Amino acid sequence: MSHSRSQPGVPPGEARGRAAWAFLTPVTLYLALFYAYPLYRNVDLSLRDYTVRSFVQGDAPFTGLANYRTVFDDPTFAPALLHTVVFTAVCLVFQYVIGLALAVFFNQHFRLSVTLRALFLVPWLLPLIVSASTWSWMLNSESGIINAALHAIGVDPVNWLTSPSWSLTSVIIANIWIGVPFNLVVLYSGLQSIPASLYEAAAIDGANAWQRFWRITFPLLRPVSAITLLLGLVYTLKVFDIIWIMTKGGPADSSSTFATWSYQLGFGNLVPAFGPGAAVGNLLVVAALVFGLVYLRVQRKQALS
Amino acid sequence: MSRSGKRTGWKTAVGVLLTGIMLFPVYWMLNVSFTRDQDMRKSPPDLFPVHGTLAGYRTVLDEQLPYLGTSLVIGLGTVVLTVALSAPAGYALAKLRPRGGGVLNFLLLAAQMIPGIIMAMGFYAIYLQLGLLQSVPGLIVADSTLAVPFAVLIFTAFMSGIPGELLQAARTDGAGPLRTFWSIVLPMSRNAVVTVSLFAFLWSWSDFVFAGTLVNGGAHEPITLGIYHYIGNNNQEWNAIMATAVVASLPAAVILVLAQRYVAAGVTAGAVKD
Repeated sequence: MSHSRSQPGVPPGEARGRAAWAFLTPVTLYLALFYAYPLYRNVDLSLRDYTVRSFVQGDAPFTGLANYRTVFDDPTFAPALLHTVVFTAVCLVFQYVIGLALAVFFNQHFRLSVTLRALFLVPWLLPLIVSASTWSWMLNSESGIINAALHAIGVDPVNWLTSPSWSLTSVIIANIWIGVPFNLVVLYSGLQSIPASLYEAAAIDGANAWQRFWRITFPLLRPVSAITLLLGLVYTLKVFDIIWIMTKGGPADSSSTFATWSYQLGFGNLVPAFGPGAAVGNLLVVAALVFGLVYLRVQRKQALS
Repeated sequence: MSRSGKRTGWKTAVGVLLTGIMLFPVYWMLNVSFTRDQDMRKSPPDLFPVHGTLAGYRTVLDEQLPYLGTSLVIGLGTVVLTVALSAPAGYALAKLRPRGGGVLNFLLLAAQMIPGIIMAMGFYAIYLQLGLLQSVPGLIVADSTLAVPFAVLIFTAFMSGIPGELLQAARTDGAGPLRTFWSIVLPMSRNAVVTVSLFAFLWSWSDFVFAGTLVNGGAHEPITLGIYHYIGNNNQEWNAIMATAVVASLPAAVILVLAQRYVAAGVTAGAVKD
Protein backbone atom coordinates (compact mmCIF):
# COMPACT_ATOMS: atom_id res chain seq x y z
CA MET A 1 0.00 0.00 0.00
CA SER A 2 3.06 2.21 0.01
CA HIS A 3 2.41 3.95 -3.27
CA SER A 4 -1.25 4.50 -2.56
CA ARG A 5 -0.17 6.67 0.35
CA SER A 6 1.78 8.89 -2.01
CA GLN A 7 -1.38 9.38 -4.06
CA PRO A 8 -4.17 9.56 -1.52
CA GLY A 9 -7.61 8.69 -2.73
CA VAL A 10 -6.70 6.79 -5.84
CA PRO A 11 -6.05 3.12 -6.51
CA PRO A 12 -2.42 2.16 -7.05
CA GLY A 13 -0.45 2.06 -10.28
CA GLU A 14 -1.70 -0.11 -13.06
CA ALA A 15 -5.25 -0.64 -11.86
CA ARG A 16 -5.60 3.11 -11.63
CA GLY A 17 -4.40 3.53 -15.21
CA ARG A 18 -6.91 0.98 -16.44
CA ALA A 19 -9.74 2.58 -14.49
CA ALA A 20 -8.74 6.00 -15.77
CA TRP A 21 -8.82 4.92 -19.38
CA ALA A 22 -12.17 3.26 -18.82
CA PHE A 23 -13.47 6.69 -17.84
CA LEU A 24 -11.69 8.31 -20.76
CA THR A 25 -12.76 5.85 -23.45
CA PRO A 26 -16.06 7.58 -24.30
CA VAL A 27 -14.46 10.98 -24.78
CA THR A 28 -11.52 9.51 -26.70
CA LEU A 29 -13.83 7.67 -29.09
CA TYR A 30 -15.87 10.82 -29.35
CA LEU A 31 -12.81 12.88 -30.28
CA ALA A 32 -11.83 10.35 -32.91
CA LEU A 33 -15.30 10.03 -34.40
CA PHE A 34 -16.54 13.59 -34.21
CA TYR A 35 -13.38 15.69 -34.47
CA ALA A 36 -10.69 13.66 -36.16
CA TYR A 37 -12.95 11.95 -38.68
CA PRO A 38 -14.78 15.11 -39.88
CA LEU A 39 -11.39 16.79 -40.17
CA TYR A 40 -10.07 13.83 -42.14
CA ARG A 41 -13.15 13.92 -44.38
CA ASN A 42 -12.48 17.57 -44.97
CA VAL A 43 -8.90 16.90 -46.03
CA ASP A 44 -10.14 14.09 -48.25
CA LEU A 45 -12.76 16.41 -49.78
CA SER A 46 -10.07 18.95 -50.60
CA LEU A 47 -7.93 16.38 -52.42
CA ARG A 48 -10.62 14.98 -54.72
CA ASP A 49 -12.84 16.24 -57.48
CA TYR A 50 -16.23 15.97 -55.83
CA THR A 51 -19.58 16.60 -57.44
CA VAL A 52 -22.99 16.09 -55.87
CA ARG A 53 -23.19 12.66 -57.51
CA SER A 54 -19.74 11.42 -56.51
CA PHE A 55 -20.36 12.91 -53.08
CA VAL A 56 -23.13 10.37 -52.56
CA GLN A 57 -21.45 7.47 -54.31
CA GLY A 58 -18.00 8.15 -52.89
CA ASP A 59 -16.06 7.52 -56.10
CA ALA A 60 -14.61 10.99 -56.66
CA PRO A 61 -11.26 10.86 -58.49
CA PHE A 62 -8.14 11.83 -56.55
CA THR A 63 -6.78 15.11 -57.90
CA GLY A 64 -3.99 15.94 -55.48
CA LEU A 65 -3.58 19.62 -54.84
CA ALA A 66 -5.70 20.71 -57.82
CA ASN A 67 -8.38 22.20 -55.56
CA TYR A 68 -5.77 24.24 -53.71
CA ARG A 69 -4.41 25.52 -57.03
CA THR A 70 -7.95 26.45 -58.08
CA VAL A 71 -8.38 28.35 -54.85
CA PHE A 72 -5.06 30.21 -55.10
CA ASP A 73 -5.81 31.21 -58.69
CA ASP A 74 -9.33 32.33 -57.87
CA PRO A 75 -9.81 36.11 -58.13
CA THR A 76 -11.54 35.97 -54.74
CA PHE A 77 -8.43 34.65 -53.00
CA ALA A 78 -6.53 37.93 -52.55
CA PRO A 79 -9.54 39.98 -51.40
CA ALA A 80 -10.70 37.22 -49.04
CA LEU A 81 -7.22 37.03 -47.52
CA LEU A 82 -7.08 40.79 -47.12
CA HIS A 83 -10.58 40.93 -45.59
CA THR A 84 -9.72 38.13 -43.17
CA VAL A 85 -6.60 39.97 -42.01
CA VAL A 86 -8.32 43.36 -41.77
CA PHE A 87 -11.41 41.94 -40.06
CA THR A 88 -9.35 40.03 -37.51
CA ALA A 89 -6.86 42.81 -36.79
CA VAL A 90 -9.38 45.66 -36.49
CA CYS A 91 -11.79 43.60 -34.37
CA LEU A 92 -8.99 42.49 -32.04
CA VAL A 93 -7.59 45.98 -31.51
CA PHE A 94 -10.95 47.60 -30.79
CA GLN A 95 -12.28 44.75 -28.65
CA TYR A 96 -9.12 44.76 -26.58
CA VAL A 97 -8.83 48.53 -26.14
CA ILE A 98 -12.51 48.99 -25.32
CA GLY A 99 -12.52 45.90 -23.11
CA LEU A 100 -9.46 47.08 -21.20
CA ALA A 101 -10.78 50.62 -20.74
CA LEU A 102 -14.06 49.22 -19.39
CA ALA A 103 -12.25 46.72 -17.15
CA VAL A 104 -10.17 49.51 -15.60
CA PHE A 105 -13.27 51.64 -15.22
CA PHE A 106 -15.34 48.91 -13.58
CA ASN A 107 -12.43 47.98 -11.34
CA GLN A 108 -13.06 51.16 -9.36
CA HIS A 109 -16.02 49.61 -7.55
CA PHE A 110 -18.66 52.30 -7.56
CA ARG A 111 -22.33 51.86 -6.77
CA LEU A 112 -24.02 49.50 -9.25
CA SER A 113 -20.66 48.53 -10.79
CA VAL A 114 -21.28 44.81 -10.29
CA THR A 115 -24.74 44.94 -11.85
CA LEU A 116 -23.65 47.08 -14.78
CA ARG A 117 -20.67 44.83 -15.46
CA ALA A 118 -23.00 41.84 -15.52
CA LEU A 119 -25.24 43.62 -18.04
CA PHE A 120 -22.23 44.04 -20.31
CA LEU A 121 -22.29 40.27 -20.76
CA VAL A 122 -25.57 40.43 -22.65
CA PRO A 123 -24.15 40.88 -26.19
CA TRP A 124 -21.90 37.90 -25.63
CA LEU A 125 -24.73 35.66 -24.42
CA LEU A 126 -27.18 36.45 -27.21
CA PRO A 127 -27.44 33.99 -30.08
CA LEU A 128 -25.40 35.33 -32.99
CA ILE A 129 -28.43 35.22 -35.28
CA VAL A 130 -30.17 37.62 -32.89
CA SER A 131 -27.25 40.07 -32.78
CA ALA A 132 -26.69 39.84 -36.51
CA SER A 133 -30.31 40.43 -37.48
CA THR A 134 -30.65 43.29 -34.99
CA TRP A 135 -27.57 44.99 -36.42
CA SER A 136 -28.86 44.35 -39.95
CA TRP A 137 -32.01 46.26 -39.19
CA MET A 138 -30.19 49.04 -37.32
CA LEU A 139 -27.88 49.45 -40.32
CA ASN A 140 -30.68 49.30 -42.87
CA SER A 141 -30.15 52.06 -45.44
CA GLU A 142 -33.67 53.52 -45.45
CA SER A 143 -35.18 52.64 -42.10
CA GLY A 144 -32.21 51.98 -39.84
CA ILE A 145 -31.69 53.94 -36.65
CA ILE A 146 -28.00 54.52 -37.46
CA ASN A 147 -28.73 56.42 -40.65
CA ALA A 148 -31.52 58.31 -38.89
CA ALA A 149 -29.02 59.37 -36.22
CA LEU A 150 -26.49 60.39 -38.87
CA HIS A 151 -29.20 62.37 -40.63
CA ALA A 152 -29.96 64.17 -37.38
CA ILE A 153 -26.39 65.45 -37.21
CA GLY A 154 -26.36 66.32 -40.90
CA VAL A 155 -24.46 63.33 -42.33
CA ASP A 156 -25.66 61.73 -45.56
CA PRO A 157 -27.09 58.22 -45.27
CA VAL A 158 -24.62 55.37 -45.70
CA ASN A 159 -25.45 52.13 -47.48
CA TRP A 160 -23.91 50.11 -44.70
CA LEU A 161 -24.74 46.62 -45.92
CA THR A 162 -25.36 47.18 -49.61
CA SER A 163 -22.31 49.24 -50.59
CA PRO A 164 -19.05 47.36 -51.24
CA SER A 165 -17.06 50.10 -49.55
CA TRP A 166 -18.97 49.83 -46.24
CA SER A 167 -20.00 46.19 -45.84
CA LEU A 168 -16.75 45.09 -44.21
CA THR A 169 -16.89 48.02 -41.78
CA SER A 170 -20.45 47.07 -40.86
CA VAL A 171 -19.66 43.48 -39.97
CA ILE A 172 -16.57 44.64 -38.07
CA ILE A 173 -18.69 47.01 -35.95
CA ALA A 174 -21.16 44.26 -35.11
CA ASN A 175 -18.39 41.80 -34.27
CA ILE A 176 -16.58 44.29 -32.02
CA TRP A 177 -19.83 44.76 -30.13
CA ILE A 178 -20.09 41.01 -29.60
CA GLY A 179 -16.43 40.59 -28.57
CA VAL A 180 -16.10 43.41 -26.03
CA PRO A 181 -17.75 41.48 -23.13
CA PHE A 182 -15.29 38.60 -23.39
CA ASN A 183 -12.33 41.00 -23.27
CA LEU A 184 -13.91 42.92 -20.42
CA VAL A 185 -14.51 39.85 -18.27
CA VAL A 186 -11.11 38.25 -18.79
CA LEU A 187 -9.15 41.50 -18.39
CA TYR A 188 -11.21 42.41 -15.35
CA SER A 189 -10.33 39.12 -13.69
CA GLY A 190 -6.69 39.86 -14.57
CA LEU A 191 -6.93 43.22 -12.80
CA GLN A 192 -8.08 41.45 -9.63
CA SER A 193 -4.69 39.78 -9.29
CA ILE A 194 -2.74 43.05 -9.22
CA PRO A 195 -2.04 43.82 -5.55
CA ALA A 196 -3.73 46.99 -4.32
CA SER A 197 -0.62 47.84 -2.30
CA LEU A 198 1.20 48.68 -5.55
CA TYR A 199 -1.36 51.34 -6.37
CA GLU A 200 -1.24 52.71 -2.83
CA ALA A 201 2.55 52.97 -2.98
CA ALA A 202 2.36 54.69 -6.35
CA ALA A 203 -0.26 57.09 -5.06
CA ILE A 204 2.00 57.98 -2.13
CA ASP A 205 4.79 58.60 -4.62
CA GLY A 206 2.47 61.05 -6.34
CA ALA A 207 1.75 59.07 -9.50
CA ASN A 208 -1.44 60.22 -11.24
CA ALA A 209 -4.04 57.83 -12.66
CA TRP A 210 -2.50 57.92 -16.15
CA GLN A 211 0.95 57.04 -14.81
CA ARG A 212 -0.45 54.33 -12.58
CA PHE A 213 -2.09 52.75 -15.61
CA TRP A 214 1.02 52.76 -17.80
CA ARG A 215 3.53 51.94 -15.05
CA ILE A 216 1.55 49.33 -13.09
CA THR A 217 -1.66 48.11 -14.67
CA PHE A 218 -0.55 47.69 -18.25
CA PRO A 219 2.81 45.96 -17.58
CA LEU A 220 1.38 43.64 -14.92
CA LEU A 221 -1.55 42.79 -17.15
CA ARG A 222 0.69 41.68 -20.00
CA PRO A 223 0.32 37.91 -19.44
CA VAL A 224 -3.47 38.17 -19.32
CA SER A 225 -3.44 40.51 -22.33
CA ALA A 226 -1.39 38.03 -24.33
CA ILE A 227 -3.83 35.23 -23.54
CA THR A 228 -6.85 37.40 -24.31
CA LEU A 229 -5.46 38.59 -27.63
CA LEU A 230 -4.32 35.15 -28.77
CA LEU A 231 -7.62 33.50 -27.90
CA GLY A 232 -9.42 36.42 -29.53
CA LEU A 233 -7.28 35.92 -32.62
CA VAL A 234 -8.17 32.25 -32.92
CA TYR A 235 -11.87 32.96 -32.38
CA THR A 236 -12.03 35.98 -34.69
CA LEU A 237 -10.35 34.09 -37.51
CA LYS A 238 -13.23 31.66 -37.56
CA VAL A 239 -16.08 34.16 -37.28
CA PHE A 240 -18.69 33.09 -39.77
CA ASP A 241 -22.25 33.56 -38.51
CA ILE A 242 -22.20 37.32 -38.19
CA ILE A 243 -20.84 37.98 -41.66
CA TRP A 244 -22.95 35.34 -43.34
CA ILE A 245 -26.18 36.53 -41.76
CA MET A 246 -25.52 40.24 -42.32
CA THR A 247 -23.99 40.31 -45.81
CA LYS A 248 -23.33 36.72 -46.99
CA GLY A 249 -19.84 38.06 -47.71
CA GLY A 250 -21.19 40.49 -50.27
CA PRO A 251 -21.94 42.63 -52.05
CA ALA A 252 -19.53 41.30 -54.69
CA ASP A 253 -17.33 39.57 -52.07
CA SER A 254 -16.59 42.93 -50.43
CA SER A 255 -16.95 41.42 -46.95
CA SER A 256 -16.02 37.81 -47.64
CA THR A 257 -13.40 36.23 -45.40
CA PHE A 258 -11.91 32.75 -45.65
CA ALA A 259 -14.67 31.46 -43.40
CA THR A 260 -17.55 32.79 -45.49
CA TRP A 261 -15.81 32.08 -48.80
CA SER A 262 -15.29 28.46 -47.79
CA TYR A 263 -18.96 28.10 -46.93
CA GLN A 264 -20.00 29.95 -50.06
CA LEU A 265 -18.06 27.49 -52.20
CA GLY A 266 -19.40 24.42 -50.43
CA PHE A 267 -22.99 25.38 -49.69
CA GLY A 268 -23.81 28.85 -50.96
CA ASN A 269 -24.14 28.13 -54.67
CA LEU A 270 -26.53 26.08 -56.74
CA VAL A 271 -23.62 23.97 -57.95
CA PRO A 272 -21.57 23.19 -54.84
CA ALA A 273 -17.79 23.21 -55.12
CA PHE A 274 -17.11 20.91 -52.15
CA GLY A 275 -13.45 20.39 -53.02
CA PRO A 276 -12.35 24.03 -53.24
CA GLY A 277 -14.59 24.89 -50.28
CA ALA A 278 -12.85 22.27 -48.16
CA ALA A 279 -9.46 23.52 -49.41
CA VAL A 280 -10.18 27.07 -48.21
CA GLY A 281 -11.47 25.64 -44.95
CA ASN A 282 -8.29 23.67 -44.41
CA LEU A 283 -6.17 26.78 -44.92
CA LEU A 284 -8.25 28.35 -42.17
CA VAL A 285 -7.75 25.32 -39.91
CA VAL A 286 -3.98 25.57 -40.38
CA ALA A 287 -4.01 29.28 -39.50
CA ALA A 288 -6.21 28.72 -36.45
CA LEU A 289 -4.10 25.81 -35.22
CA VAL A 290 -0.83 27.73 -35.66
CA PHE A 291 -2.08 30.59 -33.51
CA GLY A 292 -3.74 28.08 -31.21
CA LEU A 293 -0.40 26.38 -30.61
CA VAL A 294 1.23 29.75 -29.91
CA TYR A 295 -1.56 30.36 -27.40
CA LEU A 296 -0.99 27.02 -25.68
CA ARG A 297 2.76 27.69 -25.52
CA VAL A 298 2.28 31.10 -23.97
CA GLN A 299 -0.26 29.71 -21.51
CA ARG A 300 2.05 26.89 -20.48
CA LYS A 301 4.99 29.25 -20.04
CA GLN A 302 2.86 31.45 -17.82
CA ALA A 303 1.68 28.48 -15.79
CA LEU A 304 5.30 27.44 -15.22
CA SER A 305 6.63 30.85 -14.27
CA MET B 1 -14.63 51.76 -0.98
CA SER B 2 -16.16 55.16 -1.65
CA ARG B 3 -14.12 57.95 -0.13
CA SER B 4 -16.64 60.58 -1.13
CA GLY B 5 -20.16 59.82 -2.29
CA LYS B 6 -19.99 62.56 -4.90
CA ARG B 7 -17.07 61.03 -6.73
CA THR B 8 -18.53 57.56 -7.03
CA GLY B 9 -21.92 59.02 -7.93
CA TRP B 10 -20.29 60.54 -10.98
CA LYS B 11 -18.77 57.18 -11.87
CA THR B 12 -22.11 55.44 -11.52
CA ALA B 13 -23.60 57.95 -13.96
CA VAL B 14 -20.85 57.26 -16.50
CA GLY B 15 -21.27 53.52 -15.94
CA VAL B 16 -25.00 53.70 -16.57
CA LEU B 17 -24.40 55.75 -19.72
CA LEU B 18 -21.82 53.28 -21.07
CA THR B 19 -24.07 50.32 -20.30
CA GLY B 20 -26.91 52.13 -22.04
CA ILE B 21 -24.81 52.60 -25.17
CA MET B 22 -23.67 48.98 -25.09
CA LEU B 23 -27.18 47.66 -24.67
CA PHE B 24 -28.80 50.00 -27.17
CA PRO B 25 -29.04 47.27 -29.85
CA VAL B 26 -30.88 45.08 -27.34
CA TYR B 27 -33.29 47.92 -26.60
CA TRP B 28 -33.74 48.49 -30.30
CA MET B 29 -34.61 44.85 -30.83
CA LEU B 30 -37.32 45.18 -28.16
CA ASN B 31 -38.54 48.48 -29.59
CA VAL B 32 -38.84 47.15 -33.14
CA SER B 33 -40.54 43.99 -31.91
CA PHE B 34 -43.40 46.19 -30.59
CA THR B 35 -43.57 48.49 -33.62
CA ARG B 36 -46.60 48.43 -35.93
CA ASP B 37 -46.07 47.48 -39.57
CA GLN B 38 -47.13 50.91 -40.80
CA ASP B 39 -44.57 52.61 -38.53
CA MET B 40 -41.72 50.33 -39.53
CA ARG B 41 -40.51 52.46 -42.43
CA LYS B 42 -41.08 55.78 -40.69
CA SER B 43 -38.22 58.26 -40.95
CA PRO B 44 -36.93 58.99 -38.39
CA PRO B 45 -38.01 55.80 -36.59
CA ASP B 46 -39.90 56.05 -33.29
CA LEU B 47 -37.49 55.83 -30.38
CA PHE B 48 -40.21 54.34 -28.18
CA PRO B 49 -42.98 51.93 -29.12
CA VAL B 50 -45.61 54.69 -28.76
CA HIS B 51 -48.18 52.74 -30.75
CA GLY B 52 -46.99 49.44 -29.37
CA THR B 53 -48.42 46.26 -30.84
CA LEU B 54 -48.13 42.61 -29.95
CA ALA B 55 -48.70 41.57 -33.56
CA GLY B 56 -45.08 40.46 -33.88
CA TYR B 57 -45.40 38.19 -30.87
CA ARG B 58 -48.69 36.81 -32.17
CA THR B 59 -46.84 35.83 -35.34
CA VAL B 60 -44.20 34.12 -33.21
CA LEU B 61 -46.86 32.10 -31.43
CA ASP B 62 -48.46 31.17 -34.74
CA GLU B 63 -45.34 30.30 -36.69
CA GLN B 64 -42.32 29.76 -34.49
CA LEU B 65 -43.45 27.41 -31.70
CA PRO B 66 -42.28 24.24 -33.49
CA TYR B 67 -38.85 25.79 -34.01
CA LEU B 68 -38.63 26.73 -30.34
CA GLY B 69 -39.66 23.22 -29.34
CA THR B 70 -36.98 21.71 -31.55
CA SER B 71 -34.36 24.04 -30.10
CA LEU B 72 -35.38 23.04 -26.59
CA VAL B 73 -35.09 19.33 -27.37
CA ILE B 74 -31.74 19.80 -29.09
CA GLY B 75 -30.44 21.98 -26.26
CA LEU B 76 -31.41 19.46 -23.58
CA GLY B 77 -30.04 16.58 -25.64
CA THR B 78 -26.74 18.42 -26.02
CA VAL B 79 -26.57 19.02 -22.26
CA VAL B 80 -27.10 15.34 -21.44
CA LEU B 81 -24.61 14.13 -24.02
CA THR B 82 -21.99 16.71 -23.02
CA VAL B 83 -22.20 16.00 -19.29
CA ALA B 84 -22.26 12.23 -19.82
CA LEU B 85 -19.09 12.38 -21.90
CA SER B 86 -17.10 14.98 -20.05
CA ALA B 87 -17.77 14.39 -16.36
CA PRO B 88 -16.11 10.93 -16.32
CA ALA B 89 -13.28 12.30 -18.44
CA GLY B 90 -12.76 15.19 -16.05
CA TYR B 91 -12.67 12.76 -13.11
CA ALA B 92 -10.08 10.57 -14.80
CA LEU B 93 -7.88 13.50 -15.80
CA ALA B 94 -8.11 15.22 -12.42
CA LYS B 95 -7.95 12.30 -10.01
CA LEU B 96 -6.69 9.18 -11.75
CA ARG B 97 -4.08 10.94 -13.90
CA PRO B 98 -3.34 8.15 -16.38
CA ARG B 99 -0.36 8.08 -18.72
CA GLY B 100 -1.40 9.82 -21.94
CA GLY B 101 -3.79 12.12 -20.12
CA GLY B 102 -1.68 15.13 -21.04
CA VAL B 103 -1.92 14.31 -24.72
CA LEU B 104 -5.68 13.98 -24.48
CA ASN B 105 -5.87 17.31 -22.70
CA PHE B 106 -3.83 18.89 -25.45
CA LEU B 107 -6.03 17.39 -28.16
CA LEU B 108 -9.12 18.73 -26.42
CA LEU B 109 -7.66 22.22 -26.35
CA ALA B 110 -6.61 21.99 -29.99
CA ALA B 111 -10.10 20.74 -30.92
CA GLN B 112 -11.53 24.04 -29.69
CA MET B 113 -9.49 25.91 -32.24
CA ILE B 114 -11.09 24.22 -35.26
CA PRO B 115 -13.50 26.58 -37.03
CA GLY B 116 -17.14 25.52 -36.85
CA ILE B 117 -17.70 25.65 -40.60
CA ILE B 118 -14.92 23.11 -41.14
CA MET B 119 -16.55 20.75 -38.67
CA ALA B 120 -19.88 21.42 -40.36
CA MET B 121 -18.54 20.43 -43.78
CA GLY B 122 -17.02 17.24 -42.36
CA PHE B 123 -20.27 16.36 -40.58
CA TYR B 124 -22.20 17.07 -43.77
CA ALA B 125 -20.07 14.63 -45.74
CA ILE B 126 -20.46 11.94 -43.07
CA TYR B 127 -24.17 12.47 -42.40
CA LEU B 128 -24.95 12.43 -46.11
CA GLN B 129 -23.55 8.92 -46.33
CA LEU B 130 -25.14 7.74 -43.11
CA GLY B 131 -28.51 9.30 -43.93
CA LEU B 132 -28.35 11.40 -40.78
CA LEU B 133 -28.96 14.76 -42.43
CA GLN B 134 -32.03 16.58 -41.11
CA SER B 135 -32.15 14.41 -38.01
CA VAL B 136 -32.39 15.72 -34.49
CA PRO B 137 -29.90 13.23 -32.95
CA GLY B 138 -27.41 14.15 -35.67
CA LEU B 139 -27.66 17.82 -34.80
CA ILE B 140 -27.34 17.04 -31.08
CA VAL B 141 -24.08 15.20 -31.70
CA ALA B 142 -22.76 18.03 -33.88
CA ASP B 143 -23.79 20.70 -31.36
CA SER B 144 -22.13 18.82 -28.52
CA THR B 145 -18.76 19.34 -30.23
CA LEU B 146 -19.18 23.02 -29.34
CA ALA B 147 -19.19 22.21 -25.65
CA VAL B 148 -17.37 18.94 -24.91
CA PRO B 149 -13.74 20.20 -24.88
CA PHE B 150 -14.71 23.16 -22.71
CA ALA B 151 -16.72 20.87 -20.45
CA VAL B 152 -13.82 18.48 -19.89
CA LEU B 153 -11.65 21.47 -19.01
CA ILE B 154 -14.17 22.75 -16.46
CA PHE B 155 -14.72 19.32 -14.90
CA THR B 156 -10.99 18.65 -14.67
CA ALA B 157 -10.33 22.01 -13.02
CA PHE B 158 -13.22 21.59 -10.62
CA MET B 159 -12.62 17.97 -9.65
CA SER B 160 -8.92 18.65 -9.00
CA GLY B 161 -10.14 20.64 -5.99
CA ILE B 162 -11.90 17.66 -4.38
CA PRO B 163 -9.74 16.50 -1.46
CA GLY B 164 -7.90 13.24 -2.15
CA GLU B 165 -8.45 12.07 1.45
CA LEU B 166 -12.14 11.85 0.77
CA LEU B 167 -11.65 9.54 -2.18
CA GLN B 168 -9.12 7.54 -0.19
CA ALA B 169 -11.68 7.06 2.56
CA ALA B 170 -14.19 5.82 0.02
CA ARG B 171 -11.64 3.37 -1.29
CA THR B 172 -10.87 2.11 2.18
CA ASP B 173 -14.59 1.43 2.56
CA GLY B 174 -14.34 -0.72 -0.54
CA ALA B 175 -15.75 1.61 -3.19
CA GLY B 176 -14.35 1.10 -6.68
CA PRO B 177 -13.57 3.99 -9.03
CA LEU B 178 -17.05 3.87 -10.57
CA ARG B 179 -18.78 3.94 -7.21
CA THR B 180 -16.47 6.74 -6.02
CA PHE B 181 -17.23 8.74 -9.12
CA TRP B 182 -20.97 8.24 -8.95
CA SER B 183 -21.59 8.67 -5.20
CA ILE B 184 -18.90 11.16 -4.22
CA VAL B 185 -17.24 13.02 -7.06
CA LEU B 186 -20.31 13.74 -9.14
CA PRO B 187 -22.53 14.98 -6.29
CA MET B 188 -19.68 17.21 -5.09
CA SER B 189 -19.26 18.66 -8.58
CA ARG B 190 -22.73 20.13 -8.75
CA ASN B 191 -21.45 23.62 -9.56
CA ALA B 192 -19.37 22.31 -12.43
CA VAL B 193 -22.35 20.37 -13.75
CA VAL B 194 -24.44 23.55 -13.64
CA THR B 195 -21.78 25.64 -15.43
CA VAL B 196 -21.26 23.03 -18.12
CA SER B 197 -24.99 22.50 -18.62
CA LEU B 198 -25.64 26.23 -18.94
CA PHE B 199 -22.99 26.73 -21.59
CA ALA B 200 -23.82 23.54 -23.47
CA PHE B 201 -27.47 24.58 -23.59
CA LEU B 202 -26.72 28.16 -24.59
CA TRP B 203 -24.29 27.21 -27.35
CA SER B 204 -26.54 24.56 -28.79
CA TRP B 205 -29.57 26.89 -28.56
CA SER B 206 -27.58 29.59 -30.36
CA ASP B 207 -25.99 27.34 -32.96
CA PHE B 208 -26.52 28.51 -36.51
CA VAL B 209 -23.66 26.92 -38.47
CA PHE B 210 -24.47 23.27 -37.78
CA ALA B 211 -28.20 23.86 -38.06
CA GLY B 212 -27.84 25.68 -41.37
CA THR B 213 -25.64 22.96 -42.78
CA LEU B 214 -27.11 19.77 -41.35
CA VAL B 215 -30.87 20.23 -40.87
CA ASN B 216 -31.70 23.09 -43.25
CA GLY B 217 -35.00 22.41 -44.99
CA GLY B 218 -35.78 19.44 -42.77
CA ALA B 219 -38.86 18.78 -40.67
CA HIS B 220 -37.14 19.74 -37.41
CA GLU B 221 -35.38 23.06 -37.58
CA PRO B 222 -34.22 25.05 -34.55
CA ILE B 223 -35.18 28.64 -33.80
CA THR B 224 -31.97 30.07 -35.28
CA LEU B 225 -33.09 28.78 -38.67
CA GLY B 226 -36.59 30.05 -37.99
CA ILE B 227 -35.19 33.57 -37.73
CA TYR B 228 -32.85 33.03 -40.66
CA HIS B 229 -35.69 31.94 -42.94
CA TYR B 230 -37.64 35.03 -41.87
CA ILE B 231 -34.78 37.31 -42.95
CA GLY B 232 -33.97 35.24 -46.02
CA ASN B 233 -37.50 35.40 -47.40
CA ASN B 234 -37.03 39.13 -47.72
CA ASN B 235 -39.62 39.43 -45.05
CA GLN B 236 -40.57 43.00 -44.30
CA GLU B 237 -42.34 42.18 -41.04
CA TRP B 238 -39.43 43.22 -38.90
CA ASN B 239 -41.60 43.32 -35.80
CA ALA B 240 -42.13 39.57 -36.19
CA ILE B 241 -38.44 38.98 -36.86
CA MET B 242 -37.39 41.00 -33.83
CA ALA B 243 -40.10 39.42 -31.67
CA THR B 244 -38.68 36.02 -32.59
CA ALA B 245 -35.22 37.34 -31.76
CA VAL B 246 -36.47 38.50 -28.36
CA VAL B 247 -37.98 35.10 -27.65
CA ALA B 248 -34.79 33.39 -28.83
CA SER B 249 -32.82 35.58 -26.40
CA LEU B 250 -34.87 34.50 -23.39
CA PRO B 251 -32.58 31.61 -22.34
CA ALA B 252 -29.63 34.01 -22.33
CA ALA B 253 -31.59 36.48 -20.22
CA VAL B 254 -32.73 33.80 -17.78
CA ILE B 255 -29.19 32.50 -17.43
CA LEU B 256 -27.81 35.99 -16.85
CA VAL B 257 -30.33 36.70 -14.11
CA LEU B 258 -30.32 33.32 -12.36
CA ALA B 259 -26.81 32.08 -12.91
CA GLN B 260 -24.55 35.03 -13.49
CA ARG B 261 -21.82 33.76 -11.20
CA TYR B 262 -21.59 30.53 -13.20
CA VAL B 263 -21.27 32.51 -16.40
CA ALA B 264 -18.43 34.66 -15.11
CA ALA B 265 -16.71 31.55 -13.76
CA GLY B 266 -17.05 29.89 -17.13
CA VAL B 267 -15.65 32.82 -19.07
CA THR B 268 -12.64 33.22 -16.85
CA ALA B 269 -11.93 29.51 -16.94
CA GLY B 270 -9.95 30.77 -19.85
CA ALA B 271 -10.78 28.81 -22.92
CA VAL B 272 -14.25 30.00 -23.78
CA LYS B 273 -15.26 30.94 -27.28
CA ASP B 274 -16.18 34.56 -27.83
